[in-house]
Amino acid sequence: MSNNEIATDDGIDGATTTDTASNTLDPSGDPLVDHDISVEGSDSRSASSGKTVIESRNLDVYYDDLQAIDDVSMAIPARQVTAMIGPSGCGKSTFLRCINRMNDLVDSARVEGELRFDGQDVYEQDIDPVALRRRIGMVFQHPNPFPKSIYDNVAYGLRVQGRDGEVDLDQQVEESLRRAALWDEVKDQLDKSALDLSGGQQQRLCIARAIAVDPDVILMDEPASALDPIATSKIEDLIEELAEEFTVVIVTHNMQQAARISDRTAVFLTGGELVEYDDTGTIFENPEHQRVEDYITGKFG
Amino acid sequence: MSNESQSVSDSLQRNQFVARKERLYAWLIAGSAVLTILVTVGIVLALSVNALTFWREISPIAFFTGTNWSPKIAGEYGVLPLVSGTLLVTVCSALIALPVGLAAAIYLSEYASERVRSILKPALEVLAGVPTVIYGYMALVYVTPLIDGFLPIDATVIPSRIQILAIPDWLPAISGFVLALPEFTLVVPSLRTFNALSASIVVGIMIIPMVSSISEDALSAVPDSLREAAYGLGSTKFDVSTKVVVPSATSGIVASYVLALSRAIGETMAVTMAMGMSPQMPYFPNVLKNLAESSQTITAAMVQIAGADSLGTGPTFEAMFALGMTLFAITLTMNVLAELVRRRFREAYE
Repeated sequence: MSNNEIATDDGIDGATTTDTASNTLDPSGDPLVDHDISVEGSDSRSASSGKTVIESRNLDVYYDDLQAIDDVSMAIPARQVTAMIGPSGCGKSTFLRCINRMNDLVDSARVEGELRFDGQDVYEQDIDPVALRRRIGMVFQHPNPFPKSIYDNVAYGLRVQGRDGEVDLDQQVEESLRRAALWDEVKDQLDKSALDLSGGQQQRLCIARAIAVDPDVILMDEPASALDPIATSKIEDLIEELAEEFTVVIVTHNMQQAARISDRTAVFLTGGELVEYDDTGTIFENPEHQRVEDYITGKFG
Repeated sequence: MSNESQSVSDSLQRNQFVARKERLYAWLIAGSAVLTILVTVGIVLALSVNALTFWREISPIAFFTGTNWSPKIAGEYGVLPLVSGTLLVTVCSALIALPVGLAAAIYLSEYASERVRSILKPALEVLAGVPTVIYGYMALVYVTPLIDGFLPIDATVIPSRIQILAIPDWLPAISGFVLALPEFTLVVPSLRTFNALSASIVVGIMIIPMVSSISEDALSAVPDSLREAAYGLGSTKFDVSTKVVVPSATSGIVASYVLALSRAIGETMAVTMAMGMSPQMPYFPNVLKNLAESSQTITAAMVQIAGADSLGTGPTFEAMFALGMTLFAITLTMNVLAELVRRRFREAYE
């Protein structure tokens, strides 16, 4: 436990020296800064990253007796791409699915500790996971469009949230498809089944579907791992654009991908332990921990 | 050298015994397939030959448009009362079984815990295994008295003073009675001992397991990735079930509906026992009376003929095959329609 905390603290310390991005948000207004990690990191964030949107404190997750996440504390900044990397079974996907409580669907999953979204602990009794997921969208590993038309896929979220009366649905669908860089390819076939699209197009459709409801955060669980290199590069370009408006948290197996697209990188190693969390540049060029360097250079994992 | 090549070709030589065995298996398997086809073709042939004999004696026009089925007494062979009796039971039982069966399937597939499912699913299969004669008995002994006792069922629903104004002229049977007010009130008469309502209820219950079991399989086959996608967009459990899972399983649900309806159309024992043997053209406009009165389905009429002394000779006997053809045509049409619907909705999930 103490190991992890030190690791995380070090990570954010490291950010002080390396980060050059500018940010005007004042973190002192952030209710989360009194936490030990954030206090140490707050100076650096005032100069570097945005306001914290998601923060975990001593988060443990168990599947029955198996511990998948071991005492993870990390703060995820707004409107940046935060990548989580690590070997298979290290808990990075589990952590991602805690953020929008998708783990609720797994009967054996048990969560301890705190996970805060906008300062609110999402595992508190009176939090409605449905409402939470309306603000935190998700894109999955395998493209999973509904067996409906392209239009109905994008409109689904607004309809199910009862917001299709408030907005111009046609316009919202078009704009979401445009932001997902899919509009030009499908504008003449919106009534066609989404299943007729190629894998890469389907994944961009899933991204359009997620952003159509205008969430605050988009979680991505290895969104490009089932796609070919060209489709992957399109998705990567898209993710970088999305970060201008949304907070993007992405789990990836692909270290080059994390290096290319993310602003900050969290390295999980076996046992659900967050070993290092820092600016992506630092993680890949000058990691604090030998284990992280070994993993990144391919000596381990 | 030649010796060596000899032994090599030996080892590659086809083993005659194995080859013969393989051929025998192929024939046996093919034979089983051909047998089922031959039986089907045989049934259709036997049906049509006898039915054609019947239609030589009784004109098909009289058969398909006649409104009186009275083979023994009047020698009239109008099939419409029987078709209407069959459709009445099918539609009314479908009104019960399709929504309830689908709801049960959704519960089993989406809501029930593993433990509840492991108890409920076998229980439903047991319901499917109850012999239909018992359903008929239940209708007669329990359902009819229960309904008759509960509902003040002979009360007038619409006061007889209110005339139903728009009576279509094209209904010849009715236009003669325009001034006979009681005919035009929606009165629910008290249930007869044999009545269509209890027959429909028990047939509906009888086919629920068919709908729920097959629909549940279809719903369970919908990949979890679609459920996750829907939950991820802020859907409630009910949204996920009704807006994503059910539409994705449409083809399987339609299949279950068609099978259940075919069973209702072909159901014999329960309807014969519960609904009686009085062929009846539908009452109109007092439609509720149809439920309270006795009627007869196509299948029940066939049972009646098959149970009679005159078995084996005469137009009455051959009428059975004409009825069989009619039934066959109805179910075939259903299946073809269902196949079209299934093709329209068939979706690969990924």
